[in-house]
Amino acid sequence: MAFINYLIHLGILIGIYTILVVSLNFAVGFTGLLNLGHVGFFGIGAYVSALLAVSGVPLWLAILGGVIAAGIAGVILAIPTARLKGDYLALATLGFTFIMGSVARNWTDVTRGALGIPGIPRLAADNVVVLAIVGVLAVISCFIFRRVGQSRFGRACQALRDDELAAKMLGKNTFAHKIGAMGLSAAFAGLGGALFAHYITFIDPSIFGFGDLILLFSALIVGGLASVRGSWVGTVVLLLLPEPLRFIGFPSSVLGPAREMIFALLLLLILLYRPKGLFGEVDLS
Amino acid sequence: MIRVQKVSKHFGGVYAVEDCSMDIKEGIITSIIGPNGAGKTTLFNMICGIVSVDSGHIFIDGKNVTGLPAYRIARRGVSRTFQQAHLFKNMTVRDNLRAARETSDVELSKVLAKVHFPLGLDVRASDLSYGQTRLVEIARALLKTHKVLMLDEPTAGVNPKVRHELREILLNLKKEGNTIVLIEHDMEFVMGISDEVIVMAQGAVLTRGSPSKVQSDKRVLEAYLGK
Repeated sequence: MAFINYLIHLGILIGIYTILVVSLNFAVGFTGLLNLGHVGFFGIGAYVSALLAVSGVPLWLAILGGVIAAGIAGVILAIPTARLKGDYLALATLGFTFIMGSVARNWTDVTRGALGIPGIPRLAADNVVVLAIVGVLAVISCFIFRRVGQSRFGRACQALRDDELAAKMLGKNTFAHKIGAMGLSAAFAGLGGALFAHYITFIDPSIFGFGDLILLFSALIVGGLASVRGSWVGTVVLLLLPEPLRFIGFPSSVLGPAREMIFALLLLLILLYRPKGLFGEVDLS
Repeated sequence: MIRVQKVSKHFGGVYAVEDCSMDIKEGIITSIIGPNGAGKTTLFNMICGIVSVDSGHIFIDGKNVTGLPAYRIARRGVSRTFQQAHLFKNMTVRDNLRAARETSDVELSKVLAKVHFPLGLDVRASDLSYGQTRLVEIARALLKTHKVLMLDEPTAGVNPKVRHELREILLNLKKEGNTIVLIEHDMEFVMGISDEVIVMAQGAVLTRGSPSKVQSDKRVLEAYLGK
């Protein structure tokens, strides 16, 4: 029974992280925005939803609040950063994540700072139901991003990713497309964050940590840029690959670094032998 | 169609275009020629809104477009290709074309046939040869709803066969009523295709007229070879 519970737990995490990776892929893979602020949006979704829920707002309204707050944050971040490219955009958006972490730590009246927020209402009492809800939402998210990627808007986003000047000369308002792409991507990151908060039932400022960002980008690169299928496959691979280490009997002090070594090795192999990732449309080389 | 009125642009202390005025007429092929550094591409970029104008005005169909962003000028009917083809390299030929206009594969294939593109819609842009990228870029510019086609050195780097095909393509487009402006260094190509030639030197218009008139103008030879 414990093993089945463990598998259900893994399934829930895969669902939540699939939502995060597929939404990150829309910003990075489809639109070419090297956005390192995704964990910030994830945290905003988690905090807003958790705070609303613990103050008595109905669960699904609280989750919706988290999604909207993250989406708005995405739009607000995109407006001043839309003219930045590559490394500069990466640094600006990474700074946003750090700022959000700092706000969560220091705005103690609202967030309780490092003490975190305990007692967040669960999605459902039974983890099987949680798995079903998260699974359905992950599938819906993948479906939405697949459709958006094939839409006129999605094609314009891919065009500006490849050549912004040429996209402008085709009459595309690239500034508006970037803002739209960031807002949409951030809103789904917020959904992932809200689901995470209502599954774990406790969050603290460590949710804005760098570790999750590495995990998300690793899954993105392994699965491949601009591929919805790659997003969920990359997530499954990245989350399951280190799991056998648990059964070898390594001490926990070794497990964490070993997990990161596996990620690093996998990334190296992918970049060397399959620069597009498993299903990617964009060549990283 | 396009009116450029006393337009200037400088980069640092250097004037790329200075007090330049010209009219581009509708339904003909106009070539802009001149030695390197004459300001041809800068002028193109200003007309398209890629580069801002320091002074002067640009009108398209009588409407002042000075200072408008590039995408809004493009929406007013300016279609543009570049010296180096700007295709969306991670996308197929189909998606490159559909970025210009949403239409059926049959329509896309017709436009590709018009520019003598030899391959199919499913080929990725990154797999095309240099000449093929130029053809797809022209096809994409044609697909976009346009009043004027602006082609920056369409024959640069292409082999004689493609160059000959381009000549036929542009003449056919003119017959269909397209207004075409091109920057070109291949004089044989320019003289064989143009209805009007505008010669630029040192950021301004040196002379303009029919190919035969321009060819016989001593100032043109001096601009290219020096006195």
